Amino acid sequence: MEVNVLVRVPVREQDPKVRATNFEEVCLGYDADEAMAEATRCLNCKNAQCVKGCPVSINIPAFIEQVKLGNFTEAYQIISESSALPAVCGRVCPQESQCEGKCIRGFKGDPVSIGKLERFVADTARENGVKPKKAEKLNGKKVAVIGSGPAGLTCAGDLAKLGYEVTIFEALHAAGGVLSYGIPEFRLPKDKVVAAEVENVKSLGVKIETNVVIGKSTKIDELMAEEGFDAVFIGSGAGLPRFMGIPGEQANGVFSANEFLTRNNLMKAFKEGYETPISRGKKVVVVGGGNVAMDAARTALRLGAETHIVYRRGEEELPARAEEVHHAKEEGVIFDLLQNPTEILVDENGWVKGIRIIKMELGEPDESGRRSPVEIPGSEYEIACDTVIMSLGTSPNPLISSTTPGLDINRRKCIVANEETGATSKAAVFAGGDAVTGAATVILAMGAGKAAAKGIDELLSAR
Amino acid sequence: MYQIVRKEMLQSNIVLMEVEAPRVAQHCLPGQFIIAKTDEYGERIPLTICDYNREKGTVTIVVQTIGAGTERMMSLNQGEALEDFVGPLGCPSELCLEENLEETKKKKIVFIGGGLGTAPVYPQVKWLHEHGIEADVIIGYRNKDLIFYEEEMKSVAKNLYVTTDDGSYGFHGNGCMQLQALYDEGVRYDQCVTIGPMIMMKFVSELTKKLEIPTIVSMNPIMVDGTGMCGACRLLVDGQVKFACVDGPEFDGHKVDFAQAMARMAQYKTEEGRAKLAYEEGETHHGGCGHCGGDK
Repeated sequence: MEVNVLVRVPVREQDPKVRATNFEEVCLGYDADEAMAEATRCLNCKNAQCVKGCPVSINIPAFIEQVKLGNFTEAYQIISESSALPAVCGRVCPQESQCEGKCIRGFKGDPVSIGKLERFVADTARENGVKPKKAEKLNGKKVAVIGSGPAGLTCAGDLAKLGYEVTIFEALHAAGGVLSYGIPEFRLPKDKVVAAEVENVKSLGVKIETNVVIGKSTKIDELMAEEGFDAVFIGSGAGLPRFMGIPGEQANGVFSANEFLTRNNLMKAFKEGYETPISRGKKVVVVGGGNVAMDAARTALRLGAETHIVYRRGEEELPARAEEVHHAKEEGVIFDLLQNPTEILVDENGWVKGIRIIKMELGEPDESGRRSPVEIPGSEYEIACDTVIMSLGTSPNPLISSTTPGLDINRRKCIVANEETGATSKAAVFAGGDAVTGAATVILAMGAGKAAAKGIDELLSAR
Repeated sequence: MYQIVRKEMLQSNIVLMEVEAPRVAQHCLPGQFIIAKTDEYGERIPLTICDYNREKGTVTIVVQTIGAGTERMMSLNQGEALEDFVGPLGCPSELCLEENLEETKKKKIVFIGGGLGTAPVYPQVKWLHEHGIEADVIIGYRNKDLIFYEEEMKSVAKNLYVTTDDGSYGFHGNGCMQLQALYDEGVRYDQCVTIGPMIMMKFVSELTKKLEIPTIVSMNPIMVDGTGMCGACRLLVDGQVKFACVDGPEFDGHKVDFAQAMARMAQYKTEEGRAKLAYEEGETHHGGCGHCGGDK
């Protein structure tokens, strides 16, 4: 295969028109020839910048070197030293602002497609039944991990490799956290990828107990006092949805993105045979501009609706990844930018019949550095729609913090934890991921899970 | 998996299940609920806890068929298991908290249960009874044949009043009418708790407002996760948005916006109806529901 060193080997995708009507994965990934060709573009830098851009510090040049040589299993073992979820990260990490953002190739031409190579390596390992390496013997110490999302799985995986006996407690009926309930099938296949990665973590010896809501089914103090856990890691995420507080928001047909996505992803409303009801909608307005808004819009579109994204700032300011915005547009999602809802219009039976929107312009930069949107007086107009999905971000659930004496939270209700070690204000209790930072990304949560695993090991091995 | 150790048909469409769920049994209190799911394909169904046994590690729920999900759950037999059973969720009833015991002891309490709502009234009355507080209970049914839980309730209530809409048993009328009758006889209560269909709780709340009896209602709106994540169960209480799953399920009945809560209950009605018909009629269902378009 011929390679232009300045241009990445293109990755195959499902045609936008076709994929807009199905839930199959959008990106088809590299095959072995394409991966090996792309791998030749890596300069194998001594002082690799990409590694510094990776929140879990995967030895990127080393694994790419093995791909170049066709040693895919070796490449997998190198990645799995640092990451418990490579098939997930290869798909949903914002590589453009992390590893690939720092790639030297990127100064002149395209950066190396590190994410697509990671995905290829992980998918190949799964197809060939390659598993991560298990600890040789247990050290006799027990750690409880709360939440089976990216932070929890990573923390559990790392501790298990060090010989700890780890149990993950998951509130929902399936493991994976946001990977299961939040990110849609067409970006992250549930059975093929998420369930397989969870199985890999279990193959390290990690136990997962589902249907346990910590704070309700049991409490952290009981886990330590009665069930013999030596330390606890809280990776419970940021699960509480925000609403706008505008009139009409309680109407039928107004959903949080969490509800809409959970019904579809976790509860598989889109699939034949499942009992989960979902409101398909004919014309759907999604409010918000983040990755979750893109996921909700693209899901609604696939369920057959004309779908609009209404976002109060402009294209430049969209917080979603560029790739997600690009995919959404290709599939036919309509972007109504610099616009903001002021009221949801409700019919006599309590159902949504439309939405009133005001146009915005960008003013002075606010404290986040982004230019703040300002309403244009007199620019209000109405559009008809039957479904509104609010995707305005989430905040941490107080279930754990309110039932754990001695655990400090900040004014945003996030758990206060040391960034380096994950240590909280409570002895032997650690935390990381969205529960600490508020809604962020999968890989940052994994980074935090990793840091906490190290912190827990330092504490417990000193005992 | 959560084994069903006892199954009892209370009515042709109401079943009692005692389920092995040690973590829930260990921590639950009256007023809380669980979410159960039959199998991979099932819905997550919120159900109020009707009894529990900490020693045996079991929790009792009572299910009424309203859709395909509940119908399939009901078809499980003793010895079989539910795939998922999570809880206890929501806040316990404030009347059934040790820390409020002294306050509660001062009150004369009446419970009003209607239909399926009779079942979750039971653990509250039982808890109070075990803590030396005797409460009156009114339970209402459409007719004599639909009565269940009468004996259980009699064993824990101070005075039990059974009502039927058609007068075929007990007091002729509904719970509201019985309460009014007691009031007219001079019986006074300091606290009312009502659990049942939303329309019933609405009417009871309207009456008790007039009679100036503080009233607790137990809301059972549509839910998904039951931990505050989806917001489907949001309702307006005193003009504020509350999530029934984490802020409730019990609220001040005089402050709940029932009109809106009832409108929200209808959200998936056609969807659920469709699923139920498809389940009952299987391949033979060709659009008789008028919604699915299967006959077009």
